[in-house]
Amino acid sequence: MSAVMSVGSRNRRYRGWVLPIVGIAVWWLASNQGWSQSGLFVSPEKVAATAWDQIASGKFWRAISASLARNLSGFSIGTTLGLVMGCLLGLSRYFERLVGPSFNTFKQISLFAWIPLISVWFGLGDLAKVVFLSLAALVPVVVNTCDGLRNVPPNLLEVARVYRFTRWQTIIGVMLPAALPSIFTGIYLALVYSWLATIGAEYLLVSGEGIGNTLIDGSEHFMMDLVLFGMVVIGLVGWALNALARTVERRMQRLYGIAPR
Amino acid sequence: MARAQTVRLEQYTAPVLPSDNVKRLPPSPARSARKVEVPRTSAWRFNLGDKALPWLLPLTLLGLWYLGVERGWLSEQVLPPPAYIYETLSNLVTSGDLWLNASASLQRVIVGFTLGAFIGMALGLAMGLSRTVEDYLLPTFNALVQIPVLGWLPFALLLFGIGETLKYVLIAKAAMVPIALCTLQAFHQAPKGLLEVGRAYGFSRRQSVISIVLPAAIPTLFTGLRLGFTKAWLSLVVVELVASSEGLGYLIVYGRQLFQLDLVMAAVVVVGALGLLIDRGFDYLERRLNRGRPTAGARLS
Repeated sequence: MSAVMSVGSRNRRYRGWVLPIVGIAVWWLASNQGWSQSGLFVSPEKVAATAWDQIASGKFWRAISASLARNLSGFSIGTTLGLVMGCLLGLSRYFERLVGPSFNTFKQISLFAWIPLISVWFGLGDLAKVVFLSLAALVPVVVNTCDGLRNVPPNLLEVARVYRFTRWQTIIGVMLPAALPSIFTGIYLALVYSWLATIGAEYLLVSGEGIGNTLIDGSEHFMMDLVLFGMVVIGLVGWALNALARTVERRMQRLYGIAPR
Repeated sequence: MARAQTVRLEQYTAPVLPSDNVKRLPPSPARSARKVEVPRTSAWRFNLGDKALPWLLPLTLLGLWYLGVERGWLSEQVLPPPAYIYETLSNLVTSGDLWLNASASLQRVIVGFTLGAFIGMALGLAMGLSRTVEDYLLPTFNALVQIPVLGWLPFALLLFGIGETLKYVLIAKAAMVPIALCTLQAFHQAPKGLLEVGRAYGFSRRQSVISIVLPAAIPTLFTGLRLGFTKAWLSLVVVELVASSEGLGYLIVYGRQLFQLDLVMAAVVVVGALGLLIDRGFDYLERRLNRGRPTAGARLS
């Protein structure tokens, strides 16, 4: 709706900051004035102090590096497998008939329902977590790669036929570039999912270190400050991964001369 | 009109082909084949055994599974035989346990989803209708959305304890996010051409929202609802895995704790089947809603 277009964009950017700042101010005021006596109601200073303590003592770095290492290894394994499988599904009708229906049934099962089974088969250690993460990253990559390859505009394929491209040339020169935006959507989704699954794996397969375990610690010891710190970190990492994926996506699209979505 | 056409037809004469001194191209073979054969969507074509192929993989896996347990390659505790899972499933059905747990789960997901849908739609509507609200609210909303349900779980656990409230709140939160974002997107995607027509007819703002924006928004709204339900179902399983004393997720945890993998697998199958059923339901509704809907409105924008 274009009713309030007159407000300058500079002015509008500041508006986004109003709500968070007011929220934090009210929070600070409430904790300072002692409106709530609950032990769960911690002050912003306490959260900041806990955050500083975690960062300075190195606990935070150990947790975040463990989480990120898990996240990235699961993500790369899942994405690689997903790309291979998606290409096979998208390019070979034979393979599609063979595996497609089974895969579609398989992907209906809620992701987290796998955790108990994975914990029996692979234990509670890093192996189980990486397997779970790969599974989380695999599904969106397969779906989007396959979709992208199937939905290559037919006129492009016609051009390839007119030029007498071999099948290999058609795949490399026409189909893959045309499917690239969709493939990137898949990888992007995989990155988002695998971060979510990292937290889930650390939460449900409790062992070792990780940012999810920081949250559990806070929750078990009724330390709201630790919980809030963990939440902020999870949000920030998710946002950073998101931004990274988007930047890479735009770069690649420019490289291949495809207009951004 | 007719006159113009006849004139053009009369004026049209076959082009005189150059006769002697111009080297003519050989007649192209492509000209005779006017029907351009559009290649199938896949590069390799196999028409053999189309019906039987999809069953090959599951049946092979099932056979291997059966054989593996039979021959003792894997212990029954790690991978119970298929027949055993079927037995457990039928036991669950006959004893009524399945119905008890499934209804608990369904109740949670329905209450949470309804709550989340209302809040999400209200937020999306407010942001869609007023740019001011959007400017103030959207950045904060986007920042909070970055934290997944699992991140909120410990926080909500401390605030609400392990009760039904916790489940309702988390499921509602999960459902709310895509619904709010899709509602907002529906407003942004309102067909500009139709809005201009509305302006030309002197529509009031209310009129244009009710008779232009909302009808055009229905498919996007529905996509939001569907996505919201998928998210709600996913977080239902998570919440029940972490904290519950009944429900399908609880069945899974319970089976895991007793090392009864047959129970775990039976519950996983039920969760998958219910999710699939509900998804198909939404699919059907969506097709019903979109039937007879002209796509021209979308193209005008």
